Amino acid sequence: MLTSILYALAGGALIGLAASALLLFSGRIAGISGIVGGLLAPQRGDTSWRATFVAGLLVGGLALVAIYPQSIQSPNGRPLIVVAVAGALVGYGTRLGNGCTSGHGVCGLTRFSRRSLAATVSFMVTGFITATLYALLGGGA
Amino acid sequence: MRHHGAVFFSGLLFALGLGLSGMTDANKVIAFLNLAGDWDPSLAFVMVGAIVVHFVLFRFILRRTSPLFNENFLVPNKSEITSRLVIGGGLFGVGWGLGGFCPGPGIVSGVSLSSHALVFIVAMVAGMVTFQLVDRATARSQSRSMVTDS
Repeated sequence: MLTSILYALAGGALIGLAASALLLFSGRIAGISGIVGGLLAPQRGDTSWRATFVAGLLVGGLALVAIYPQSIQSPNGRPLIVVAVAGALVGYGTRLGNGCTSGHGVCGLTRFSRRSLAATVSFMVTGFITATLYALLGGGA
Repeated sequence: MRHHGAVFFSGLLFALGLGLSGMTDANKVIAFLNLAGDWDPSLAFVMVGAIVVHFVLFRFILRRTSPLFNENFLVPNKSEITSRLVIGGGLFGVGWGLGGFCPGPGIVSGVSLSSHALVFIVAMVAGMVTFQLVDRATARSQSRSMVTDS
């Protein structure tokens, strides 16, 4: 457990550093859902940095596969249809609510944004309820 | 070019952070969100680490008049808590608890080419596109009704 916490802290610190780097270099907030959402509604001059950031994410993922492959795991006991519903809700919900774990949970809370606090409480509460109910109703861990 | 290199580096670092922290392990995420099982609270510390580092750095960064490689800072300053915000967050949380992926880790996990991650990404993009279509249609019908009202 302690190791897990240290990894979480260290990884979190890297995430905070990455968000700070994007702000320093580009002046933009590292909200993943917003960055991707903007790619799907492209506006002149506002697309290439988004695509470049996502490319960085993907190359980072390839580096993880190469040096720390066990870090990427699919959810056990979640049928693909459940994951499809999950993805649709994540996509729709993050656009409706203007952000996700990174934009609201990290960047917004750091700025003491009331909106981000409200959104974070909202997704944490429904996240806990959903995963707990899924387990209790026999969907497995 | 320098701008894009720097943005690429930020994305790469972000992905490494997600991987190191445990956020790309969907089973770990689910074990964090499932309070009925063998609860694993460690992922709460991802937010702690990220916020502490970003909190220290962002105030120095925003003292500059402009970012290093771009014209302006674009930082949200809205403060109104709307039903859209709370409902959107809530729907996102349901999806997160169901699948164990949020957007960043979902995209990063895609490179493993696991069917779960790929299905998640396709469905997430479909959800985002659906939102845009619905949002545009409602905006259009609202502006039309405003015209008839006047």
